[in-house]
Amino acid sequence: MEFEAVIGLEVHVQLKTRTKMFTRVAYHYGEQPNTLTNPVVLALPGVLPVMNAEAIRKSIKVGLMHGCKIAEVCKWDRKNYFYPDNPKNYQISQYDQPLCLGGGVEIELPGASRNIQGAHRIVQLTRIHLEEDVGKLTHYNNDSLVDYNRAGAPLIEIVSEPDMHNSDEVFAYLTALRTNLVAAGISDCDMEKGQLRCDANVSVRPKGETKLGTKVELKNLNSFSGVRNGVDFEIKRQIAAIQKGERISQETRRWDAQLGLTQSMRSKEQAHDYRYFPDPDLMPVRVTPEQIEKLRKELPELPFDKQRRYQKEWELPYTITSVICPDRELSEYFEAAVAACGNPKAVANYIANDLLRELAAAAPMGESPLTVSQSKITAATLGGLVKLVDSGAISKQIAKDVFLEMFQTGETAETVVDRKGLRTQSDTGALEKICAEIVAANPKPVAEYKAGKLTAINALKGQVMKQTKGQANPATVDEVLKKLLG
Amino acid sequence: MSEPLHTLTLAELSRRLAAKQVTSEEVTRAFVERTRTVEPKVGAFLHRDEADTMAQARASDQRRAAGKSLGPLDGIPIGIKDVIAVKGQPLTAASKILQKYISPYDATVIEKLNAAGAVRWGRLNLDEFAMGSSTENSAYQTTSNPWDLTRIPGGSSGGSAACVSAGEAPAALGSDTGGSIRQPASLCGIVGLKPTYGLVSRYGLAAFASSLDQIGPMTRTTEDAALLMQVLAGHDHRDSTSLKQAVPDYTAALHAPAKKWKLGVPRDFFGNGLDPEVRASIEAAIKFYQGQGCEIVDIKLPHAELGLPVYYIIATAEASSNLARYDGIRYTHRSTKAADAVDIYFKSRAEGFGPEVKRRIILGTYVLSSGYYDAYYLRAQKVRTLIRRDFENAFQQVDAILTPTAPTPAFKRGEKSDDPLAMYLSDIYTISVNLAGLPGMSIPCGFTKSNLPIGLQLIGRPFAEADLLAMGRMFETAHDFHSRRATL
Repeated sequence: MEFEAVIGLEVHVQLKTRTKMFTRVAYHYGEQPNTLTNPVVLALPGVLPVMNAEAIRKSIKVGLMHGCKIAEVCKWDRKNYFYPDNPKNYQISQYDQPLCLGGGVEIELPGASRNIQGAHRIVQLTRIHLEEDVGKLTHYNNDSLVDYNRAGAPLIEIVSEPDMHNSDEVFAYLTALRTNLVAAGISDCDMEKGQLRCDANVSVRPKGETKLGTKVELKNLNSFSGVRNGVDFEIKRQIAAIQKGERISQETRRWDAQLGLTQSMRSKEQAHDYRYFPDPDLMPVRVTPEQIEKLRKELPELPFDKQRRYQKEWELPYTITSVICPDRELSEYFEAAVAACGNPKAVANYIANDLLRELAAAAPMGESPLTVSQSKITAATLGGLVKLVDSGAISKQIAKDVFLEMFQTGETAETVVDRKGLRTQSDTGALEKICAEIVAANPKPVAEYKAGKLTAINALKGQVMKQTKGQANPATVDEVLKKLLG
Repeated sequence: MSEPLHTLTLAELSRRLAAKQVTSEEVTRAFVERTRTVEPKVGAFLHRDEADTMAQARASDQRRAAGKSLGPLDGIPIGIKDVIAVKGQPLTAASKILQKYISPYDATVIEKLNAAGAVRWGRLNLDEFAMGSSTENSAYQTTSNPWDLTRIPGGSSGGSAACVSAGEAPAALGSDTGGSIRQPASLCGIVGLKPTYGLVSRYGLAAFASSLDQIGPMTRTTEDAALLMQVLAGHDHRDSTSLKQAVPDYTAALHAPAKKWKLGVPRDFFGNGLDPEVRASIEAAIKFYQGQGCEIVDIKLPHAELGLPVYYIIATAEASSNLARYDGIRYTHRSTKAADAVDIYFKSRAEGFGPEVKRRIILGTYVLSSGYYDAYYLRAQKVRTLIRRDFENAFQQVDAILTPTAPTPAFKRGEKSDDPLAMYLSDIYTISVNLAGLPGMSIPCGFTKSNLPIGLQLIGRPFAEADLLAMGRMFETAHDFHSRRATL
């Protein structure tokens, strides 16, 4: 029998706000434990939550970016459960009225090869709601330590419909979501820092069946590859179990990346009763159509929309748009350089072939590449370089060296070219003299050329270019040599 | 000038301080010494820091000498219910679970008192986490009613009421979730005002039931209550349920020409449990207002009798969640017998909470449980809306509603402690006021033959505290119940 997997994801994303969700304490990653706290974070007697309006705005933006319906009222509920990372032993969340409903995330499936664009489709969303993060526990042999720095950080939960069928789709969904959220400045989505976390609901059913199979919730998927591997394993496990005649039980399973398998954490019977009820400390807040329209205007162009635009307007190939479009900073750099010179293809080639290589090379060993904002070549100076080439003032060959010099010094292309005297020689007299010398000194290719082997001229050209240190205009050299060789 | 300072009202002390007839040091010492004398009988305080209190008084005197007095409360000692956070002071909520807890921050009302120059005086006893009507649920001590030491002072703000009644402080802060300011005020013969929900910040009040809790003044007179309300009221950005409402001049309202109010009396609601002597005093008070030219209107509050069951669903539901933070992990009592994290919760909470708190946590957990939520919590919220509408309808006809504050005068210690339902009935007249979020005030309106105080409750429209104070003042100026003192 052939099986089909059905997968839905619950993705938690920490919002990039200056302060926490319900109190004005700074939140950022990597501080000394328990330094980003105050009485509200620690749930001391008498404290009260006050909503962070920026977190609401960012959540609404996420909804608008993905075509969700935005709730008219932002309402808060308490989710009650005891756990030491949860200082109040309830989490302020949204239960029956999430801030965003419906919508979808456009994903790009893998193409036939790396250079070929794959198909696009929309993964449907169920809801997006806002809540507060919990602290972090570290377990030792006899003790556990708790760090409340993360407790109370604003967190959105993005719940997809059971609308994916394999780990490629899951990976593409996570990638698209991360790309969109990073581009809009919602979150840095670094999984290692816990800024993006993912649980997967996985079930399998005979192909063609419309009823969903029993779902298993997968936890501890701590990286993109962890999600892929965990989902793959779980699909195989469930299919094998069904083939052996076993029933899948509804449970929560933990992915163990080291052992490469999932293990049962708790069964459905052990599931919490969260005793949700409206938080009496927080009044529901109205979200007006005016606020929503204002936020809609602030949305950036979605990366896939940008890709379509680059391909249509500028005829850029997928190999280049797939590099530039997902990175908002890079695409802004790209567009600024194009504005400075009017040659998108040339700029795109410099970025994809030269700039990214040099940024990677300039980073210290083992660290991620520098970003374009760290590049000494600005969008304007890159545009200047392209203009020099396009005007014929320097050859493409020379431009490669000029680029490297600019990357090191931060000078403009003009400055480098003038300082090093690299401008194309247009003095035909001097060039004729050099060409004559080369013709005289290389009888062999000259004879071959005259005997009809026209490609032999290239050896002579190479000699001329070498002699002129690349500054001769190749077209002029060609012309002069042909004249000399009659 | 011959009467001892501890017998004077806040307003009178304030006038004498302003006239430099006395110093705050003298005033504060008088209350500190009075407390030393009578406290063994009364038991109102859980904690006193005399040195700190005297230092505050001296600082006030220095301000005044420098011409920088901060207003009518500057230099006046105010007792604080031990459920309101004061920086550097214990906050036990009369619970073992917070036995060693010191608050690192000030409640908003404390910041306001500090800014007004008031002298913080001690931590006052209460029913554990403000759950109770007799202060017998305190994990530490019982407090006696100054009018009869064998009787309870009411609760949960029993320490605050007894302290003011016994002359240990001219005024105190209480908190009121279902009657916890008004009922003990009634039983101890003082004025207690529960403000409109949202008028006084709850930031720094250890929460019992968030949608019902309010902090308010407990004083000897309406004038004193007005002076305190002036400082306590106002919007606080740290409390999302605090309302952006202009604060009127309460003292000016007191001294405005008397109005002929329309006053509603819901006699159907007085019920069978009402003590005949209390009933007689209330009827006399009604006659008094009539005599002053006020119109008395018979009104109905058809859903008021459902207030008690609704309250014990909503308040316990909120409490079960609010008290979850007292878990033995961070700052509360941790059992030494616990084997693991879950065991820390079970044993610490079992050891730390008293029986009434446990009863309410269990009840609240139950009514929120999956499968029961709709039948209990959701239905209770609907009835709460009906109760609120009853009052809205009544206030179309009348300016205020008169009821007894409590069905009986102070009862004997131990009399109801084994019968929670009988105890819950103590709050029958006060609870629906919290459910509707309205202001309610208890003023002394008589004494029983055995010399126990009786309180009259005035219920007003939202933010009508000034009206209530004026109505109370009208009664006060024609009676001496508020100026009688318990003999100790």
